[in-house]
Amino acid sequence: MLIEFAIVGVCIIGLFAMLGLVLIMMERKVSARMQLRLGPNRVGPGGMFQTTADTLKLIVKEGMTPDGADKFLFNVAPFIVMIVAMVIMAPLMFAKGLQIWDVNIGILFVAAVSSVSVIGVLMAGWASNNKYSLLGAMRSGAQIVSYELSAGFAILVIVILTGDLKISSIVDGQVNGWWIFKGHLPVWIAFVIFMIAVTAETNRAPFDLAEAESELTAGFHTEYSGMKFALFFLAEYANIFVVCAIGATLFLGGWQPLHFGTGTKFNEIMDYIPSSVWFMGKTFFLIFVIMWFRWTFPRLRIDQLLNLEWKYLLPISMFNILLATLMAIMGWHF
Amino acid sequence: MYRETEIVKQPGTGEPDVFGDMVINIGPQHPSTHGVLHLVITLNGETIKKVEPHLGYIHRSIEKMCESLSFRQFIYVTSKMDYLSSHINNHACCMCVEKGMQIEVPPRAQVIRVLMDELTRLASHQLWWGAGAMDIGALTPFFHAFREREMINDIMEETCGTRLTMNYMVPGGVMTDIHPNFQNRVHAFIDHFKSKIDEYDELLTGNVIFENRMQGVGYLSKEDAISYGCTGPTARGSGVSCDIRKLYPYEVYSKLQFDEVLETGCDCYARYIVRMKEMRQSLSIVQQLIDNIPEGDIQAKTKAVLKLPKGEYYSRVETARGEFGVYIVSEGGTTPYRIKFRSPGFSNLSALDQMARGGKIGDLVAIMAMIDLVIPDIDR
Repeated sequence: MLIEFAIVGVCIIGLFAMLGLVLIMMERKVSARMQLRLGPNRVGPGGMFQTTADTLKLIVKEGMTPDGADKFLFNVAPFIVMIVAMVIMAPLMFAKGLQIWDVNIGILFVAAVSSVSVIGVLMAGWASNNKYSLLGAMRSGAQIVSYELSAGFAILVIVILTGDLKISSIVDGQVNGWWIFKGHLPVWIAFVIFMIAVTAETNRAPFDLAEAESELTAGFHTEYSGMKFALFFLAEYANIFVVCAIGATLFLGGWQPLHFGTGTKFNEIMDYIPSSVWFMGKTFFLIFVIMWFRWTFPRLRIDQLLNLEWKYLLPISMFNILLATLMAIMGWHF
Repeated sequence: MYRETEIVKQPGTGEPDVFGDMVINIGPQHPSTHGVLHLVITLNGETIKKVEPHLGYIHRSIEKMCESLSFRQFIYVTSKMDYLSSHINNHACCMCVEKGMQIEVPPRAQVIRVLMDELTRLASHQLWWGAGAMDIGALTPFFHAFREREMINDIMEETCGTRLTMNYMVPGGVMTDIHPNFQNRVHAFIDHFKSKIDEYDELLTGNVIFENRMQGVGYLSKEDAISYGCTGPTARGSGVSCDIRKLYPYEVYSKLQFDEVLETGCDCYARYIVRMKEMRQSLSIVQQLIDNIPEGDIQAKTKAVLKLPKGEYYSRVETARGEFGVYIVSEGGTTPYRIKFRSPGFSNLSALDQMARGGKIGDLVAIMAMIDLVIPDIDR
């Protein structure tokens, strides 16, 4: 039992470190492409080791703690954010049969744990003894708490249609078609709302008010340096991966290959592609979409951000839940 | 420090106002101020109660310096004031000296000057567009704007020898003739930019988030704009007609076909639209002139040492940010007795408090972006 725990732990940490490197590299290359630049291209082939070099630099940097800071909270905050991002990965299904913990309340667990990360952000902002940090943390708190609702409702649509919270049964339920194809209007609405809500929840542009660099220098992590800053940075990217993986699991069929009809040649060819490739492909497609948002849109203002949630997304999601329930009861989906 | 907020008695009620005000410093080192501007803002939550600009971080006493420089030399110092419209600053100083010396500028030099002015205005507006969008949170426009600005800088480099502080204009004309490649390069730029300015609109102007960030933000009524002495796109966005090129035409502007862009929105969006339309107007001016550069001298014959007759002289031009004025008092010597510059940025900045009050921090950033502040122009 203990050995199992250790192996799983090491695996997650390894995946986590790799994810950070890969996603930061991807972000740099995607943004460079959109901004008529080349991106990093000096360290290693094609600039592959640029992120590694940056991480090394951050590790050897001095981890400053400001004089007026609350030392304990200041130092513990990045770990909370990091741990939350790691724990959410537990029930994810990375490929056919590859799952760390198939808990029977899988998706509820994900939704519940992901809201804990706001505590880390608030801690960081409060303990820094910096007004920019405080403002950033307050914004982040308001934002994450609000958008959690819409994200939750969007997840609920799939739960209603599937009739189960377990991640493996949600994926199995899409064997005859992904929910985005067979779910009709409610699922389409839920998907769009989900993408908007998780972009806000991960504090990504255009909802990056918590660290709006032109307003609050760096928001809640203004005072952080060295590895403590790197932990926030890594956690952000891990969170992006996690929410996109959940999006892929719920709406795009998890590891299920793309099928049209039954028993066609096309389906057979698709089956040859490994399930892990399907899962990662879908996840990275969604990650690309989120990056695309960031490098295209301007930032919202805090009151507009909350208006969007409470006046538009939340009423729409509530109506959508009714629609989905009706659909599930009448059996209108296939 | 927010933890040591003093408990202030609210006037009249005697109740302690436990929340107090939060005072935060934006600048002098801050990503949104584009230079060493220091704003002390008083906040109530996220709402701005007061904005107080603190100036002087980059004060180089250029006006005083000019007093010890000759009438040919002082022009070069002015390139370092509003570095984004250095041609136009030089132009104003040259015009003032020419007025005093009663020098007639040859037509070729006049056209070259106006061409350079308008190219500078385009480059400045491009930078504003990119940097302004970056303040709002859209990072990509910056790189797109710099692609076009680079073309203008290349044109300047070829003819003037430098890319930012050109020092190309001298009393009586321009320093050297244009490069043989100049016209081809400008034509290439016009063709390129015509399609790209539509791309600018596609990328930013029609965006819902951008419109929401801009519309109704930073309201500055027509009366306020006049009383604060705002000029340029800041005032024209409030419907104040103040384009010096139209009101007091200099050089060849009276012969050109262009419109003064006026918007009546009084908000940031109106200022944005004014600048976007001005880019198209400048482009059309460049187009009108580029094939019609008259042959002839590039400089009028002037004495080696200029001595302005005793008296006071004033000239004004329209820079990318508004009205720029040069006021020279001469005692008849080789150096000015006193020089005063009227910079557009200073007056526009004074309206910042009026515009930002009641808004959010995000609004303040948007307002600053749309005023298009250049700090060395304000501090001098």
